[in-house]
Amino acid sequence: MKKELRSPVSQRPFNAENINKTGIGAEVSIELNGKKLRVPLGRSILDICRDNNIHIPTLCYHEDLCIAGNCRMCLVEVEGMKNLQTACSYPVTSPVKIKTFSNKVRKARKHIVDLMLSEHYGECYSCVRNNNCELQRLAREYGIDSYEFGHVCEPRFEVDDSSHAVVRDMDKCILCRRCVRTCIDLQEVGVLEAVNRGYDTKISTFMDTPLNDVICINCGQCINRCPTAALHANDPSDQIWKAIEDPSKHVILQTAPSPRASIGEEFGLPPGNSMTGQLNTAARMIGFDRVFDTNFSADLTIMEEGTELLGRLKKAIVDKDKSVMLPQFTSCSPGWVKFIEHFYPEKLDYLSTAKSPQQMFGAVLKTFYAEESGIDPADIVTVALMPCAAKKFECNRPEMNSSGFKDVDYGLTTREMAKMIREAGLVLPELPKSSFDDPFGEASGAGLIFGSTGGVMEAALRTVYELVTGRPVPFKDLNIEACRGMKGIKEASVKLENCIEEFSFLEGTDLKFIVAHGTANAKVVMDMLIKGELEGYHFVEIMACPGGCIGGGGQPIPTSESIRKLRAKAIYEEDGASAVRKSHENPKIKYIYEKYFTDGPCGKISHKLLHTKYTKRGKFIN
Amino acid sequence: MNKLFERKNRTGPVLFSEYEKGSAVKKALLTDRDDILLEIRESGLRGRGGAGFPVSVKWMLTAAANSPQKFVICNADEGEPGTFKDRVLLSEYPELVLEGMIIAGYTVGARKGIIYLRAEYSYIKDFLQSKIEEMRSDGNLGKNICGRKDFDFDISIRLGSGAYVCGEETALIESLEGHRGEPRNRPPFPVNTGYLGFPTVVNNVETLASVPHIINKGGEWYHKFGTGKSSGSKLFSVSGDCRYPGVYELQWGITIKELLDLCGAENTKAVQIGGASGICIPESEFSRQISFEDASTGGSVMVFNKNRKMIDVLQNFMEFFTEESCGQCTPCRIGNVKLLEGVNMIRNNEYSLEYIEKLKELGETMKIASKCGLGQTSPNPFISILNNFKDEIFGMN
Amino acid sequence: MNDIEKNKRREFVSELMNKYVPDRTSLLPILQDFQEKFGYIDEYSQQLIAFELDIHPVEVNSVISFYAFLYDKPVGRNIVRICKNIVCEFNGSKEISDAVIKEFKINPGETTPDGKLTFEHVNCFGLCDKSPSMMVNGEIFENINKESALKIIKELK
Repeated sequence: MKKELRSPVSQRPFNAENINKTGIGAEVSIELNGKKLRVPLGRSILDICRDNNIHIPTLCYHEDLCIAGNCRMCLVEVEGMKNLQTACSYPVTSPVKIKTFSNKVRKARKHIVDLMLSEHYGECYSCVRNNNCELQRLAREYGIDSYEFGHVCEPRFEVDDSSHAVVRDMDKCILCRRCVRTCIDLQEVGVLEAVNRGYDTKISTFMDTPLNDVICINCGQCINRCPTAALHANDPSDQIWKAIEDPSKHVILQTAPSPRASIGEEFGLPPGNSMTGQLNTAARMIGFDRVFDTNFSADLTIMEEGTELLGRLKKAIVDKDKSVMLPQFTSCSPGWVKFIEHFYPEKLDYLSTAKSPQQMFGAVLKTFYAEESGIDPADIVTVALMPCAAKKFECNRPEMNSSGFKDVDYGLTTREMAKMIREAGLVLPELPKSSFDDPFGEASGAGLIFGSTGGVMEAALRTVYELVTGRPVPFKDLNIEACRGMKGIKEASVKLENCIEEFSFLEGTDLKFIVAHGTANAKVVMDMLIKGELEGYHFVEIMACPGGCIGGGGQPIPTSESIRKLRAKAIYEEDGASAVRKSHENPKIKYIYEKYFTDGPCGKISHKLLHTKYTKRGKFIN
Repeated sequence: MNKLFERKNRTGPVLFSEYEKGSAVKKALLTDRDDILLEIRESGLRGRGGAGFPVSVKWMLTAAANSPQKFVICNADEGEPGTFKDRVLLSEYPELVLEGMIIAGYTVGARKGIIYLRAEYSYIKDFLQSKIEEMRSDGNLGKNICGRKDFDFDISIRLGSGAYVCGEETALIESLEGHRGEPRNRPPFPVNTGYLGFPTVVNNVETLASVPHIINKGGEWYHKFGTGKSSGSKLFSVSGDCRYPGVYELQWGITIKELLDLCGAENTKAVQIGGASGICIPESEFSRQISFEDASTGGSVMVFNKNRKMIDVLQNFMEFFTEESCGQCTPCRIGNVKLLEGVNMIRNNEYSLEYIEKLKELGETMKIASKCGLGQTSPNPFISILNNFKDEIFGMN
Repeated sequence: MNDIEKNKRREFVSELMNKYVPDRTSLLPILQDFQEKFGYIDEYSQQLIAFELDIHPVEVNSVISFYAFLYDKPVGRNIVRICKNIVCEFNGSKEISDAVIKEFKINPGETTPDGKLTFEHVNCFGLCDKSPSMMVNGEIFENINKESALKIIKELK
């Protein structure tokens, strides 16, 4: 499953292979700010500087993306070159002398900041990225105290807030094109590109169509990589504050697994600190009436999706039903769901019909919970704290009203939640810990690991294997390492042996599964499906965002592979420490199937409330 | 035949000298590749697009690259304002250009050549195509050229679509690959990672056209023309206020004064050397030599007489750059607009000398900070015109 | 756009896919050929071409918008381009342009309401030795003046 180098030819690294063979060797001696060093041949000046703790300012550079070299912030002096060179793009292939600061360099960088500021409309204090803006940081770094080359005083573009998820404010755009590289190269969605040229260059959707009407999957990865506030999420917190203030409303917050692993970053903590208990306290202090754990409905998802898978396997193997689609694809990532609706509409039958945990929870809250607690569902406002921008779109899908109401009223990102906590005057890390509310206060570690790529698969296997064989999955401490890690596409299998009688048709089956994250990888998997290369596979997990939810479009900025790894670590640690680690063993899950979904997973009632249909959208825009 | 493609009565030491069609290819294909490289090195031939990179080095690097595929690209995207020498070569001496490409392909080990012809010259395309067909049927193009079983080479023509920046070699390659014509980061250079990622030689029309003569008459012969560091001859596209505008083949090292006399210029105030991205030379410096060492040019010589206002020239050039910048890198995209704003401030007498100095400093940054040659040279007219015509411009109001 | 027009375009696009290697390197020639036949590259066809070449429609649009000679909006039956290089400007191209603007009541970059004429400025035709110059539907006119230029344009259909 080797993937070709995805970056465009223009941005591929220097081809050092030939030089390597000439016997110069794999290392080269250079001088960096007067210090002699030996560095790997072909390594960029920027990487070398970072290895040596030398700060180089960057804007268009992003760890996750291919090199652009267009902002020109990272200029350095290379001896013998007439012009300054961009550290990000310059591969060291000969014994060069590099100076990362000099008056020439300083002046050039300052000029570049000056030029960007002259075109950057707005003021920092009225901006969502205030204090977390890369342009602002550079302005400070270079001591900008006036607009040397003027400053735009009038907005030139209309803000596009047509999308539920992503707002585009091109007056703040500095044309670093990280969003373009994110959308086209990293995610292979292809919504954003630069149009026109020269001074008229701007980032645009196809024919300037509003974002809501194009093939945007709402993953919000562009937001996470935008250095300014040109791209930001559509923030519903004003409406949420209003609902909280309204005494007639019963406002419920459900919190997804990954925001708790990352929200500490918004309060200055290093990545990888779990804030579950503090977050619960904060939500109550803000005024939410109940705080529930989305992991509960993640467990519910496992029950439904796992049962659906077993059902499909039975139909395919026992009934020889040719209409059953295998492998079954997960459906909890709304970005992925919209991706397949646009790009592979003819393959929608492969998707599990199970709703995502967010939407299941919404439906349960406005039906079962409303009945149990005697509250009119019309008065319930459900807010979902999600790591995700696409969840905002998902809760606004017209079909998501099986409770008779809008199942989930608002999708709130980690960043927006942090803002609400700050607005309430709270310092999250200093708050005491508290638990989730009942009746959905308990959840399994299986639900928790939904937050990371491979988590859904791992959770499902823990349950499916046990349902089929009556024994726990045969992995040390229930940790299925094959599902974990940041490899783009992972695959593995588990042999089903000594099955219980009900599932004897699976005896000896190698349960083969694939885990992919990032829609570029999803595309690879889908193309394999089309070519028939997924024959014999049973289950595929796909998350739209790199790293899964912990790298979601609603997560704290910045994000990078190393940050995502730390967030994932926090989640797996918390799973390891959980009392219950399998979805089907969650007592609340047993309770809800006994009390409400009485005909069991994938029964009639659950089908009405917990399953959904998809729309064949296609990729043509009319 | 269309009179456009009739060869005019032209004379010159190299390009416009006598040449027997097909002779250089025949000779080259009997010569060892290394010997051709040596010959080119001895000639001292440097790129004629303006940058003046030694051709032998470019070819050697490409020849040395270990790759299953290589390309030779003829840069016929002659967009520099005031340049039209390539138009003359392509429409009157196409065999020189095509044979130059074949020899380049043979030398570096490429089997495919592409001519990137600017959209404004699309009327030349069919003519060139017919010349290519002619060479194919003569056995000088296609499989087993001149009977050599180990050498195939073919040439195709691609049209640009109206973008000056595509004359920059990496932007040209991007355009060929179906992208916006935005220059790439260098390094890696095209000789290492060029068209489709393969080693690629990109040469100007005039550079390639010089090759057959060098092959026929030798590098030493070629080196005798011109000055030491600028060897050979150069085509000059002369236009503006002179009696005989047109293309002249002259040796490097000619002074501006001599050139002005040749083209019948009188009452001259200034000469813009090297197009919009070049420098503007005042009367006091007309004794300067045209060469890589002194006043360098890709071929454009625009003559302005004493009735012309230099601020008009400057404004025209800066408008040109704001329109033709690809918009990719910050210094060029925004910097050129700031310089143009400065020109308009001067025009409207709403400037301070202090701010103009600041803009000149910005221009200096653009020269060293921009991604490609466009942004690196676009401040040239701003700085040179404002410096050389201070009295006229700042005293005008 | 109605289905008949769409079909015409779809047929032509598939012809182009046979004529050229159907990958991104052929994008410019495909767009050039398409434009020659249909005048401009409409929204529908941009998407068709994109999907045939396995790239995104927004990339096709991005490329079109980059090049001055490619259009994603309808243009006139005739395209008149006047050179505005400094040599042409000093030789009177500005006056010629002004005359065109006055006569046909359009600004550079615009099309007359009757769809007869699109008028544009071009940065340099490379005809400075025969300046001022003009290009009408790809044909070159050298050493023009106000009268000759207007006459040529008026005679267009």
